Amino acid sequence: MSVVELQNAATLKSEERRERLTFLGLSLPAVLAILIVVFLPIFWLSSLSFYNAAGEPSLENYARIFESALYRRTFVVTFQISIAVTVICVLLGYPLCYWLTRLPNKTAAILMVFVLVPFWTSVLVRTYAWLVLLQRNGIINSSLMSVGIIEEPLQLAHNLTGSIIGMVHIMLPFLVLPLYATMRSIDTDLVRAAVGLGSSPRGAFWRVFFPMSLPGLFAGIVLVFILSLGFYVTPALLGGGRVQMLAQRIESTITVYSNWGAASALGVVLLLLALAMIWLMNRVFGLDKLFMR
Amino acid sequence: MEQLGQRKIDGLWLTVVGIAVLFFLILPTLIVIPMSFSGASFLEFPPTSFSLRWYEAYFTSPEWMSATKTSLIAAVLTTAFATPLGSLCAYGLHCSTPRIRSSAQILVIMPIVVPVILIAVGVFSLYAKLGLNYTLTGIVIAHTALALPFVIVTVMSGLQNYDFDQELAARSLGASRAYALWTVTVPQVKFSIQTGAFLAFITSLDEVVISMLVSGGDNATITRRMFNSLRDQLDPTIAAISTCLIVVSVGMLIGVQLIGRSKNSDK
Amino acid sequence: MTTAAQSLPIDISNLCKAYGSVKALDDVSLNIAAGEFLTLLGPSGSGKTTLLMALAGFVRPDSGSIQFGTQEMIATPPHKRGLGMVFQSYALFPFMTVAENVAYPLKVRGVSKSDQKARAERALDTVQLGGYGDRRITQLSGGQRQRVALARAMVFEPQIILMDEPLSALDKKLREHMQIELKALHQKLDATVVYVTHDQREALTMSDRIAVVNHGRIEQVETPERLYRQPHSFFVADFIGESISLPVEVANDKAQLGGRLLKSDLPIAVGRGGHRLVVRPELLEVTPGAVPETANDLSGHVHDIIYQGDSVLVIVQHDSAGQINVRVPANRAGQTGLPSKGERIGLALHPEDTIIVPEHVA
Repeated sequence: MSVVELQNAATLKSEERRERLTFLGLSLPAVLAILIVVFLPIFWLSSLSFYNAAGEPSLENYARIFESALYRRTFVVTFQISIAVTVICVLLGYPLCYWLTRLPNKTAAILMVFVLVPFWTSVLVRTYAWLVLLQRNGIINSSLMSVGIIEEPLQLAHNLTGSIIGMVHIMLPFLVLPLYATMRSIDTDLVRAAVGLGSSPRGAFWRVFFPMSLPGLFAGIVLVFILSLGFYVTPALLGGGRVQMLAQRIESTITVYSNWGAASALGVVLLLLALAMIWLMNRVFGLDKLFMR
Repeated sequence: MEQLGQRKIDGLWLTVVGIAVLFFLILPTLIVIPMSFSGASFLEFPPTSFSLRWYEAYFTSPEWMSATKTSLIAAVLTTAFATPLGSLCAYGLHCSTPRIRSSAQILVIMPIVVPVILIAVGVFSLYAKLGLNYTLTGIVIAHTALALPFVIVTVMSGLQNYDFDQELAARSLGASRAYALWTVTVPQVKFSIQTGAFLAFITSLDEVVISMLVSGGDNATITRRMFNSLRDQLDPTIAAISTCLIVVSVGMLIGVQLIGRSKNSDK
Repeated sequence: MTTAAQSLPIDISNLCKAYGSVKALDDVSLNIAAGEFLTLLGPSGSGKTTLLMALAGFVRPDSGSIQFGTQEMIATPPHKRGLGMVFQSYALFPFMTVAENVAYPLKVRGVSKSDQKARAERALDTVQLGGYGDRRITQLSGGQRQRVALARAMVFEPQIILMDEPLSALDKKLREHMQIELKALHQKLDATVVYVTHDQREALTMSDRIAVVNHGRIEQVETPERLYRQPHSFFVADFIGESISLPVEVANDKAQLGGRLLKSDLPIAVGRGGHRLVVRPELLEVTPGAVPETANDLSGHVHDIIYQGDSVLVIVQHDSAGQINVRVPANRAGQTGLPSKGERIGLALHPEDTIIVPEHVA
């Protein structure tokens, strides 16, 4: 290489480095904000979990939450509710999405408003609505009684039932949106081809359409499950104090008992569960799917 | 012939379930609206009388108005910060190598993935040390971090759908990177940026858990007040406030849809 | 009144660019004369677009030198290189009118608004789109958009213009029409043009010289005629024009086909690997009688005759070397005396048409 070319090579390398740094620099403020608000407190909180009440490093907190019947029940309840909510969302959401897919695009777009309006409405507003609907003299009880199905008002609010109903309502759009997007992108020619080759319409659905809808379905399931695990507002309001999921347990452990050690240990476990789900989804589908909206 | 009948029955079932689920979704959302016009002093549906007393109660209450002001200011500030920071971040990531991009993507969605209660508790104790609890600054910083992923994801997907050759063409014609970005790229992804801004606004306005711990005193958000009120008793004023919030939400949603429509008409 | 800029020569020396283990540009050197129309021709993935992008400044080479005239440009950012570029997708700005698109480079350079308007209008006239200034891009056809892209790249009178397969999105008739128009436009402009295409016919039509690119290297740079008549390697011979190739043995600068010595006026290029005889279908002469002593005898039996409109393709089974194609004009002169299927056909390959190439470039 001549002298000129050697100089060029050096200049080119430094130019490339400068350019890369400029782009990182553009992203830096946003990244910093997220680091400070999300990562820093989480790390600090997690570190708290490794100290006992006397300020010495220990795993007492973790031992306590796994031994204590109360905390164990909290885990069990949280999982039970999250699984129940996820299953119900799938049972309600999948047929809805499939139905929308079969409608002409314009109609489906208009009907999607019915999904988007709740999605954009505040969680508090929707939870409040359910409180009103499900209370003892609320509309559901009164209409059931007037038709004669029941004689005594059902206890629908301030308990497990109410929590689950409310949570399903909040979570359903989180399942419907990614699932519908995936279904829309399935080439209907493939299903028609299956029918043309002799499959029954139902068979064509199960053997061709359903497998292709799975990525969107799994994305929705993971999203709903993670959100349910850590959900606070709706179970707190509709559970009436009888239902204590992880999020509420963490909050009450701090505000009522000032037991930061136990609360942070619970928090770490919750965080690990959420991260494990994300890692699983990344492994199977790749995070890029989330960004391809 | 039998298959055709089977298909029709299946189709009918599907339609029934579809409609039922849609109603399940929309009715509770909208049921607050007629309730807010009820004249009764307890919660009832259907309302038996018409009255604006709960709106009166809301707009004349100094506590509620102060909370509304706090929430609106926080939302506007959050949008003002999150939109440019998030958009620039999206652009920077878009132009970076795939390796940097995927690590950054993981980091950027953390505020959504990590359970909000943990962020809330962590931020609360961090702010306690810095004296940022119950301040507008503290609220805005936390809300901005929460809103950033929405802006970044939205703008990044807008950039992906944009023919980047145009920015290259502008640069080949004599425009510096910054000039080309401003005169050619931004006008074309402005729809994504606007959508991101709407998302940031509504995220801040509706945010409950962090505001519950971090806002308070003179700087209590409307969500914090609503939450505490709902825990204690079902004040019908909440119905009026909820209706106002629904109007804002739907307004944002309409705004986003209009953006999408004008973008398509330009093509 | 602006003085016409003098076109610049381009000197590329030892350009290297690797993506991981793949060498997109493998020690490329090329000298392009001022005002020349040079085409980079090659298959997809050959590196021709990478080379063009390196000239534009959008690809940063690992090492080497690029000079426009006497100025070293390799590390200069694209917007300071003063060249015009037409992209394959045209990359027009959809939210601006045609006139605004064309005036954009002038706006960037701080030209006054009235001047912008006048010069943009003149540029549009040059590409026969005068009066289209107020139209929106979405209202234009593909051919019209292509011309707007061209006007935009020329309006500021650049000394070098780069074009990345600008005609590939057009249909055949329009493409052929535009090829001739572009060539005429080049005569009018005083600019060096570097043109990228994978269409060899397009390259032959438009270029002053063609650089054939393969696997990141330039295999040969020649005028179209010399490239066609005297390819230096099998790749070039095969890529340009139709041909059938037959393996031959070369010893002491003499080639033998099936034991018989071949008479050739053309030098055999230096290379690696074996050698091949390149037979262009239209260069073979159908001889009614015996093949003259001065020519090479490639006679055989007619296997099939295919009518192709302007010419007839005769597929011949050579006695020992395999299949040979002969192209004969479909007029009376060509068809008289043409043997039918199964009959013996005399084929003469004259020494000035006997092309022998190495398998690979050195």
